[in-house]
Amino acid sequence: MADSIFGIHERALQVRTLRGEVLASNLANADTPNYKARDVDFRQALSAEQDKFSKDTLPMTNTSGKHMSGESLMNTQDFLKYRMPTQPSLDGNTVEAHIEKAQFMENAMQHQATLEFIDSKIQGIRGALKGE
Amino acid sequence: MSLFNVLDISGSGMHAQTVRLNTIASNMANVDSVSSNKEDTYRSKQPVFQTILEGNMNEPAMGVRVKEIVENQAPLKMEYSPNHPMANEEGYIFRPNVDVTEEMANMLSASRSYETNIEVMNTSKQLLLRTIQLGK
Repeated sequence: MADSIFGIHERALQVRTLRGEVLASNLANADTPNYKARDVDFRQALSAEQDKFSKDTLPMTNTSGKHMSGESLMNTQDFLKYRMPTQPSLDGNTVEAHIEKAQFMENAMQHQATLEFIDSKIQGIRGALKGE
Repeated sequence: MSLFNVLDISGSGMHAQTVRLNTIASNMANVDSVSSNKEDTYRSKQPVFQTILEGNMNEPAMGVRVKEIVENQAPLKMEYSPNHPMANEEGYIFRPNVDVTEEMANMLSASRSYETNIEVMNTSKQLLLRTIQLGK
């Protein structure tokens, strides 16, 4: 039920959160030698999240309480890509703080927008329930 | 996978930068600590940062920690001043290999990095608060 209410935004929020984490990690490691900056391939991550919940996939039947569910866990390695540095530094660090900051800001804005979408969905349903 | 992780990561970044600022302060404070032999002379200290991997390469985001603090092995400044109270038999004193200009630049870089982590924390806090307020 909740899945149909929020649609894609629920998954988008998860991917946005993940991306925020990865970018925060890049910024925290801005001075770490040999650290390689990473970013989330949003399209790939979102479709991976979609697939996980998609109704098209055939779930494994659980005939005993001891059976594990058949769904695969999200493998973050698939859509985490290394960033190509424009000006590589001598210590092997590929974090460019200004780019990371801009990306973090962009991600925060999109996160905010996703929250806004979810919020208006909730408000809509509230209105319908109250019959206002 | 949650925004709370961001607070941990930025916190680790802030801690690492604090250690860096501490070593810079120590270097600056000891810039004139002269001595009469090579062994006892203060050498400039530099922290080495390392990513916290915790044995899991699949983890999407990682914090940072100070791996070790190394001493700069650059040659010390020898100065001939026989009237100095710390001068050795040949009349030499040894000054630390602290480069004040370098330390100042290092300090600016450290404080900028610290500020960046604060900003990341603030933004994440706002997003978390917005999430808590959902539907109100």
